[in-house]
Amino acid sequence: MTSGTGWSERLSGFLRGAAVPAVVIAVWQILSMMGYVNPQILPAPSAVLVRWYQYLAPIEAYDPSKSGYVAWLLSGELLADAYASLYRVVVGFLIGAGLALPLGLAMGATERVYKLLDPLVQILRPIPPIAYIPLSILWFGLGNPPAIFLISIGAFFPVLMNTISGVRHVDGIYIRAARNLGAGRATMFLRVILPAATPYILTGARIGVGTAFIVVIVSEMIAVNNGLGFRILEAREFFWSDKIIAGMLSIGLLGLGIDTGMERLNAHLLKWHRGIES
Amino acid sequence: MDAQIRIRNAGKVFRALGKEVEALRDITVDIPNGQFACLLGPSGCGKSTLLNAVAGFSLPTSGSVEVDGRPVEGPGPDRGMVFQEYALFPWMTVEQNIAFGLEIRKSPAAEIREKASSLLAMLNLSEFRDRYPKDLSGGMRQRVAIARVLALDSRILLMDEPFGALDALTRHNLQDELLRIWEAFRKTILFVTHSIEESIFLADRILVMTYRPGTIKRDIVVTLHRPRDPGDPGFNELKRELTQLVMEEQRRHERDEVLCAAR
Ligand SMILES: Nc1ncnc2c1ncn2[C@@H]1O[C@H](COP(=O)(O)OP(=O)(O)OP(=O)(O)O)[C@@H](O)[C@H]1O
Ligand SMILES: [Mg+2]
Repeated sequence: MTSGTGWSERLSGFLRGAAVPAVVIAVWQILSMMGYVNPQILPAPSAVLVRWYQYLAPIEAYDPSKSGYVAWLLSGELLADAYASLYRVVVGFLIGAGLALPLGLAMGATERVYKLLDPLVQILRPIPPIAYIPLSILWFGLGNPPAIFLISIGAFFPVLMNTISGVRHVDGIYIRAARNLGAGRATMFLRVILPAATPYILTGARIGVGTAFIVVIVSEMIAVNNGLGFRILEAREFFWSDKIIAGMLSIGLLGLGIDTGMERLNAHLLKWHRGIES
Repeated sequence: MDAQIRIRNAGKVFRALGKEVEALRDITVDIPNGQFACLLGPSGCGKSTLLNAVAGFSLPTSGSVEVDGRPVEGPGPDRGMVFQEYALFPWMTVEQNIAFGLEIRKSPAAEIREKASSLLAMLNLSEFRDRYPKDLSGGMRQRVAIARVLALDSRILLMDEPFGALDALTRHNLQDELLRIWEAFRKTILFVTHSIEESIFLADRILVMTYRPGTIKRDIVVTLHRPRDPGDPGFNELKRELTQLVMEEQRRHERDEVLCAAR
């Protein structure tokens, strides 16, 4: 954590980090202004910025009789798209991980269940979630359901595999110590095996969220008509390259936000773990 | 005589990869209530195997082990175990580790809190009660592990080289503390070590083991007054005798390894 460092150090750190991106953007801007690049292929950063602002800003003029000020401020297309994408990621992830976690715990803890289900898992696991697109449309039509189905498949396998190996890799010494203290099966599972496996499970969850985020963009290009993935594909039809790039940057920021959130959650849940400084 | 730990003709043969290793052969020992007994021997002579048979982690393949007149069938909180690797639960704070055994037993919350507090105080851990094991030194961790089994109030403590990984000074402090605890609670302690000095410093009785198959080579009662002083002539005489016994087994061990390597 940087809480111990002063603001001047943080400022200089920020400036050092910002130097290279600033130079790249400046060169890109100058080349565009000198007319070296076709703006349809690669628009100037300033054009992207303007477009980004338009994408973010409310579409209609403020009308107090229709809605409150804050609601109006948040009514722009970008926020609606980001919300739609985030909603799909969260719901899809919760379904996928919510099924994978108990299944993984059962497979990791019980040899019989593992032997029974592992062959099926091994067959299904290598199929990329994208390959489920035709089937998902056939089963669920268009709209949110096929998108959420694809996302939950993307989240399912990383969480499942990591949960299984987390449970299977619990250090035998903890099991022995707990048995010595008199722990029965339920206590062993809830107070020893589950917490010992959490570092693996959380790694799986983080990979799962990452996969879900990739799948949401793809599925929005196919099955729905809002969301960040849909918007950049739509922009291409109008040759709005500035909007495509603004959309991509928004996707990047949302991804960064999700990953930072997951990292915070990890650090909170694993504050006991050796690798993490308190 | 009412021996608390009664081992009768215990043997243990490991079968792994088609090979058989006879780790213990025909061990017969009685350990009476309140005795501090050390198992001493070179690495690989079967000390842990014997301790694990008493703890119930791995039962003997022949003979029997009885505790308080009942055959040992599995591990249980009547025989608290302290491991060389501490085996603290890293996701629990110091206090939670100590309280865990009592929670399993479903003791009332107030009693758990009170017991944990008094153990924390006894082992000088009070200011670390909310820390996680990763933030503690090795000596502190082993103190927590000792407090964790003391919370069980078991009459038997089993300790497998508990101080083996500690530096000399910390080790000495913990030996003192263990004696203090033993004198206060009069537990029966079965303590594994390969340090001759440690065994003389601590034990009422030292069981020297042979190397493969592990048997009891010599059963020595230590009558020196406590606190024992490594400068004392009696201490040194015993040390010479034990060194002689352990060295014989150590040499057999080395010869064995040379033979294995040559094969
Ligand atoms: N699970 C096992 N399978 C096969 N052989 C084993 C097993 N456990 C122990 N042995 C063998 O039994 C013998 C005794 O092992 P044990 O761990 O009891 O020795 P030890 O006296 O505790 O040694 P150390 O001081 O190194 O801890 C060793 O030769 C070891 O290789
Ligand atoms: Mg051992």
